[in-house]
Amino acid sequence: MTLADTSPSAFEADTPRDYSLTGPGAKHAIEAGLASAEWYHSDVPRKVMKDLMRRRDGPALRDTAIWIGLLTATAAGGIWFWGTWAAVPFFLVYGVLYGSVCDSRWHECGHGTAFKTQWMNDVVYHIASFMVIRNPVSWRWSHARHHTDTIIVGRDPEIALMRPPALLLKALAFVGIPEAFTSLAVLIRNAGGIFSDDERDYIPESELPRAVFWARIHVAIYAATLIAALAMWSFLPLMLIFGPRLYGAWHMIMAGLIQHGGLADNVLDHRLNSRTVYMNPISRWIYWNMNYHVEHHMFPMVPYHALPKLHALIKDDLPAPNRSIAEAYAEMLGALWRQRSDPDYYIRKELPPTARPYRDEFHAFDVARA
Amino acid sequence: MADWIDVCDADEIEDEDVIRFDHDGRTFAVYRSLEGEVFATDGLCTHEQVHLADGLVLDDTIECPKHNGRFNYKTGAALRTPACVNLATYPARIEGGRIEIKV
Repeated sequence: MTLADTSPSAFEADTPRDYSLTGPGAKHAIEAGLASAEWYHSDVPRKVMKDLMRRRDGPALRDTAIWIGLLTATAAGGIWFWGTWAAVPFFLVYGVLYGSVCDSRWHECGHGTAFKTQWMNDVVYHIASFMVIRNPVSWRWSHARHHTDTIIVGRDPEIALMRPPALLLKALAFVGIPEAFTSLAVLIRNAGGIFSDDERDYIPESELPRAVFWARIHVAIYAATLIAALAMWSFLPLMLIFGPRLYGAWHMIMAGLIQHGGLADNVLDHRLNSRTVYMNPISRWIYWNMNYHVEHHMFPMVPYHALPKLHALIKDDLPAPNRSIAEAYAEMLGALWRQRSDPDYYIRKELPPTARPYRDEFHAFDVARA
Repeated sequence: MADWIDVCDADEIEDEDVIRFDHDGRTFAVYRSLEGEVFATDGLCTHEQVHLADGLVLDDTIECPKHNGRFNYKTGAALRTPACVNLATYPARIEGGRIEIKV
């Protein structure tokens, strides 16, 4: 059962949320104690948590070997049959392997939890960052902020669904529009040494030269791909590089939007702003178990392969998970539709009787918006 | 002059693990390595003031539970972003079956 609520944030109804990281919204979040705050955690005994956090190379080596193998095979098939309809199924699969799987590999390796061996995390992180068109330095810091201040307006740079939601734009994101192009534009800007005020808010000054360096590497590869396409007078190079971020991103967006969509903002309890969804095994492989999203945010040290075990351990302290992607979308879309006219609306899920209550004292702030 | 401060029984920290130790308004992290040696650092991550005692000890490193920044707990060196500033370290020893740190 799900409850709907509009009250906890006690926002002023007629002032829009300010999502910039350097504006009045950020100032108010800091003043309200929402920035770098203490978050709710379910109880897990230290011995059990140590076991859950334990790092291994095996699962990620296996999954990465499968990933690289499938990428190579489907790319080879697409190239071989290029110019015929037989190439289509190869590119449909290659696109998802490139344009969606990259996101979860970027994410888990960015946390440094996929592999026990750190250089393996770093290698896959850099490859996946390129595929998903993210500056590997900037986004490491962006994601750290996302974990510090999850869905705190004015603090979190990774809020995918701002309120009121732009539903048409989010629908276009399923085919990478405009994100693939805006992400590329950011990389080009970074390659020129230019960073926005928001980026400067979460990237330390000392890290900017590295961000410029990697942006230049990425831009150079994209430029080489474009030159190859022009020289060959063929879309084939772009079907292999950059293109999958358009035609293969749908699974990344599908899974990503339900992480937090329609749930609370400006709270300090991940049970209120994150969603756990049971998914089919293929989606879980593509997504590396990030469907256990409440668990991941509560305990980001737990590797993807241990999240099902963590879920089983703390599920009695969490709202009931959505039973499928379709169910999560049905729940989320209703909330998003309502947020178009009532941005303060959010889904407040009922906790099981075994759970500790939501920490309402954490999120009953009167956070005036700019 | 700094004094040796009693922390706990030596066997209260497992090998390759860490505990939190609060003393005189300060918080420390006290480690026991795989070899059974003990070490001490400031208790909070230099990135965002998170208690390192909730993190993971891996070989000679402590990983912050919030953002996965890593430090060498023997030297205090920051090894992995977002940890960029080194951690202060303190002498630690086992004396008469008790762990002590000098702060």
